[in-house]
Amino acid sequence: MNTRDCGHIISGSSPAKGEAGKTGEWRTQRPVLNREKCLAVKANKDICYQCWAFCPECAIERKPGGPVDLTYCKGCGICAQICPADAIQMENEYDSSEQRKND
Amino acid sequence: MTVLNNEKTISIYNNSSNPKAYPPGKHVLTGNQSAAIGAFLCGVQVIAAYPITPQSPVVEELSKFVEDGELSAEFVPVESEHSAMGVCIGASIAGARVFTATSANGLAYMCEQLHWASGSRLPIVMGCVNRAMAAPWSVLNDQQDSMSQRDAGWIQLFCRDNQEIIDTVIQAYRIAEKVYLPVMVCYDGYILSHTVMPLEVPDENKVKKFLPPYIPHTPIDINNPVNINPVTLGEPRYNANGVLCHGYMEHKYLHHKALRDSLNIIEEVDSEYKDTFGRSAGGLFSLYKTDDAEVVIVCAGSLSKMNILVVDMLREQNIPIGLVSLRSYRPFPNQKLSAALKNKKLILTIDKSLSYGYQGPICIDVKSCLFEAGISSIVISFIAGLGGRDIKPYEIAETAYDYWNKFLNNELNSENIYESQWINCKY
Ligand code: SF4
Ligand code: SF4
Repeated sequence: MNTRDCGHIISGSSPAKGEAGKTGEWRTQRPVLNREKCLAVKANKDICYQCWAFCPECAIERKPGGPVDLTYCKGCGICAQICPADAIQMENEYDSSEQRKND
Repeated sequence: MTVLNNEKTISIYNNSSNPKAYPPGKHVLTGNQSAAIGAFLCGVQVIAAYPITPQSPVVEELSKFVEDGELSAEFVPVESEHSAMGVCIGASIAGARVFTATSANGLAYMCEQLHWASGSRLPIVMGCVNRAMAAPWSVLNDQQDSMSQRDAGWIQLFCRDNQEIIDTVIQAYRIAEKVYLPVMVCYDGYILSHTVMPLEVPDENKVKKFLPPYIPHTPIDINNPVNINPVTLGEPRYNANGVLCHGYMEHKYLHHKALRDSLNIIEEVDSEYKDTFGRSAGGLFSLYKTDDAEVVIVCAGSLSKMNILVVDMLREQNIPIGLVSLRSYRPFPNQKLSAALKNKKLILTIDKSLSYGYQGPICIDVKSCLFEAGISSIVISFIAGLGGRDIKPYEIAETAYDYWNKFLNNELNSENIYESQWINCKY
C-alpha cells in the first residue's frame, strides 16, 4: 500500500457550509419562506427538501421550514427557483431592512 | 488523503512485455514509431488523440497496439484536440497514466486545455511533433507550435534524434509523476517523425523498474468528494474546516516553483536513466566541443544533431567553435546555461520559430540569462528552416564562418545585433 500526502498541491473545495468563505456578504436578495405553501411545513414531515438539496452554499437547515443561515446564504435564488410549491420568494435586502434588525 | 494501489493493477503492471514486433534491441524506426513504443513501454492506460499531420502515425501505431490486445489501454477517439486534452485531464485526475500527441494547429486548438492540465498539476505526457503554424497553410517542420505554448506551464523537452524520442518519453513520465507537471516531448516533424534511424528499444521490464506506478496527488474518493479547481479568489481564505487555503497567486507560485525545481529532477532522471540503460538523452542541454570554443552555436531539436557536423567542418578550418543543444526549454536552465557560455565571445542562436516583432525565442532567453549572469558576449539571432525550408550544414557553416570573421574584424553592425538574421531567406 502506498500513501502520499497531497497537501495543497491544487485548489479544491468540498460541499460544506462556509467552504467559499462568508458568502452572505455577497447577498442583494434574501429568500423568504411562505410557511403556508411549504410542503414540508404543511405535512410536518421530512419531505421535499428540494431547497435544501439544491442550495449551493448548504445554507438551509434540513428540517420543515428549516431556517436559512444568512451568514452564508448568497442570495442566488436557486431555492426559490427549485421549490415545487412556489413557497420561497426572493426579496430585496433593501425591502427587508426591517427584518434585518431582527436577524 | 491516501491512495491505494490496487493489487490487480500492480500485477498487470509487473507482468508485461514489449510489443511483439518490437522486442528489446536494435530496430530501424521512425520518430513517430519511437514515441508510440515509448508510450507502450510506460504502460499507458488512456490514450486520446485527434489525427494531424505529421503526428498521426504515433496514434495509429498506439491504436493498433490496443486493437491487437497488446496494450490494455483505453483508446478514446475524439472529435478535436481540445477534447483530446480534456479526456487526458479527466483520466489523469482519475489516476491513469495517459498519453497524447499533436502538432501545430492541433496544439493551438488545445491551448486552453494545456493550461488546465498544468494548473491541475497533472503528469500528462504529450508528443509534440513540431510543425509550422498556419497561415499560410503548411504541414512541414519548424518549432513555432511548441514555442507559442511556451508559457502554458508545461515542461518542454526537445529531442535530437529518434533514440532520444523513446528515451525522453520514458523519462518524461518519471519526471512528470515526480513533480506533478505535464511534459511536452517535442521532436521535429518529418525530419524525425517520418525518417527512419537505427535505435535501441529498451526492455519493458527494465522500464517498469525505472518507472514506478503513478500515484495521483489528489485521489478521487467517493466518500470524500472534492471539487477540483473551483473558483479560487485572489486572497487566501479559510474553508469550512477552518483550514487556510491558498489563493490563486499561491497556486501559481507553487506551479512555477515545481517547474523551477524540475530543473534538478530532469538532470537526475537523465543520469539515472543513463545508469540503467547506458545512454543519456541530453540532460538539460548538451555540449559539444565548447571547452576551448570562442564562438558557440545554440539551438534545439534535430538541428543540433546536424550542427555537430557543422562544428566538425569548421574545426577543420581552425574556427574555435562549439555547440550547445538545448533539451529543456521550459524550465529554462538559465544558471547552468550561462555558466556554460561564460568566456564565449560570440554566441549564434538558431531558432526555427519567431517571437514575432522581436527575435527567436531561444535567442531572447539566452540573452536574458547572460545578462543576469553579467556576461556581455555578443549574441546574434538567426532564424532558419521556417515552414520546412531545408537547412543544409554548409549554409550554417558558411554563416558561422562569416559572422566569426566579422566579429574578429569588428565588422558587426547594429543591424546584425538588433535584428534577427534570416538564413537562406530568398526575399
Ligand atoms: S422546496 Fe419548497 S416546498 Fe420543498 S421544502 Fe423547500 S420550501 Fe418547502
Ligand atoms: S439557494 Fe437559497 S438559501 Fe441557498 S444561497 Fe441561494 S438563495 Fe440562499
